[in-house]
Amino acid sequence: MARYAGFHRPNRPLALYAAVFAVVLYLPILLIPVFSFNSGVFVRFPLEGFTFGWYADLFQREPLIRAFWNSVKVACFVSLLSTLIAVPAALAIARYRMPGKAPAVAFMMLPLVLPGLILGVALLTLLNRMGVTLSLVTVALGHMVICLPYAISVLLPRFIGFNRALEEASADLGEPPLRTFWRVTLPCNYPAILACLLMTFTLSFDEFFMAFFLSGAEPTLPMYIWSQLRFPRDFPSLLALSSLILLFSFALIFASLRLARIGDPAQPESGR
Amino acid sequence: MISIRNVSKSFGRFQALRDVSLDIGAGEFFSLLGASGSGKTTLLRLIAGFEGVSAGTIAIDGHEMQDVPPHLRPINMVFQNYAIFPHLNVRDNIAYGLPRLGIPRAEQHRRVDEMLELIALPGYGDRRANQLSGGQQQRVALARALILKPRVLLLDEPLGALDKQLREQMQLELRGLQRRLGITFILVTHDQEEALTLSDRVAVMANGEVIQVDTPAGLYDQPRNRKVAAFVGTMNFFDATIRGEGASLRAEIAGLGPQPLATSRRAGERVLIAVRPESLTLSTTRPDSPQPAVAGRIEARQYLGGRQILHVAVAGRAEPVAVATLALRGEDPWQGSEGRPVWLSWGPGALSVLDPD
Repeated sequence: MARYAGFHRPNRPLALYAAVFAVVLYLPILLIPVFSFNSGVFVRFPLEGFTFGWYADLFQREPLIRAFWNSVKVACFVSLLSTLIAVPAALAIARYRMPGKAPAVAFMMLPLVLPGLILGVALLTLLNRMGVTLSLVTVALGHMVICLPYAISVLLPRFIGFNRALEEASADLGEPPLRTFWRVTLPCNYPAILACLLMTFTLSFDEFFMAFFLSGAEPTLPMYIWSQLRFPRDFPSLLALSSLILLFSFALIFASLRLARIGDPAQPESGR
Repeated sequence: MISIRNVSKSFGRFQALRDVSLDIGAGEFFSLLGASGSGKTTLLRLIAGFEGVSAGTIAIDGHEMQDVPPHLRPINMVFQNYAIFPHLNVRDNIAYGLPRLGIPRAEQHRRVDEMLELIALPGYGDRRANQLSGGQQQRVALARALILKPRVLLLDEPLGALDKQLREQMQLELRGLQRRLGITFILVTHDQEEALTLSDRVAVMANGEVIQVDTPAGLYDQPRNRKVAAFVGTMNFFDATIRGEGASLRAEIAGLGPQPLATSRRAGERVLIAVRPESLTLSTTRPDSPQPAVAGRIEARQYLGGRQILHVAVAGRAEPVAVATLALRGEDPWQGSEGRPVWLSWGPGALSVLDPD
């Protein structure tokens, strides 16, 4: 037995590699919160002093608050709608055999890897030709294009792993398909659906390219940050804002990853 | 009650069922017995309505079911791994189908209590599914189906996941329950012992076809061919040819010599003779009855606790003949008998004549 335990022994070089990997990945990001507490205006070492001032300053900025609520509005709309569309789509993909399914699904996932710049330009051109005025609605539309494939990719593995016998049992006990969906499919898969909501909310909230091309007079939060980068004196405040967004996004993504695992038979929770 | 006519089912190119016809009576305990891949579960799923037939008809109480979705069929099912709803407690699992019937809440509650009593789990109503043992989940699945008072209950390997002791106990309970309620039970199983113990009639299936439908005793005593005979219990097979006619009709059996036989077969026909191990008698000296006897040598002894199988080598036959005898404590003459010469004899009704393969 002992001879085959190699995979479970601690592996020093691998641990070191993982540590270096994490540092390289997160060090630049870590600098943002560090400087957001620095009392000096310029981003440079040594740090001058500790202050919460930049954070307090955020709440004095009327346009920022407005941009924040714009982003919240768009993200709520996008996450709800894309999840609503993705649930039946993912269910259908998981369930039914249809000709050309694999390429069709791959095609649906394409926006995941398409450069945002190209997607933004394309959508802007299209909307211009159609004579649509740019607004938060068009931003939401752009976000839908990005969020839908994400939503499906979050839901699909869960739906594929879902025990169909539970739905058959419900039908067998007299419930028609829609009631079965409501009484069994939905409650059994709510963690994945919640995870999907959080994931798409975060995506939309942080999104820049679509907002850059498609927003009208009303900016979203990332657009506001972009517009304020011109003013050096405001930079520490932006760092404070960015730190808050980072914290918020991390929390949501972490929660969504945890949720996607709850009750998943493929990944049993510890202690069970 | 249930009438299955010429039913076939294909999944793509794979034909899971081939021209199956069965009639199952009201109040009957009917089993579909077969190895995995024999089509037994597919047939059950067709009856439940989870799959559609490729050809043929299934009628329940004279009503054809092709266009009736599963939730409207007068049938309930106990699933292979029970399919207990993980997000509901025991009470809500059992009551799952009741709201649809328009039964008032208080009455629902009373019926669930009744069911919990019936499955001997009173007070378990608030437990969650994952707090139940396999046997308890099996009972909940049973209660959830029975509370709807179905005309037919389908059971898909309901005891497969239980350990031996619990399985035997549940077999007795299932049989008793079916007797008391008078509901038609259709059981799918690969366990021949289970099928024989529980059923009024058994359909033996292989490769998508029904090979034989009979009572358990009928299957055991009169198997139609080698497949059925080998599937239901242990059996000795001998190739033989029919000779003579009328009173002198006999079978020439390799290793056993000529045997007088009452059969409708004609001279010259090649047949398969089957003998159950327990139909053979062993003795140390040649029996002085008029019954035929053959000399042999005990090759191996397989002790099974209470009984044993002795494998007897016979001249002119490659495989040894299996003979079952009791192995009672203190009076077992065959203990340490390997290598001993013996005589093999059998009564007039011991030989069954089957079609050759």
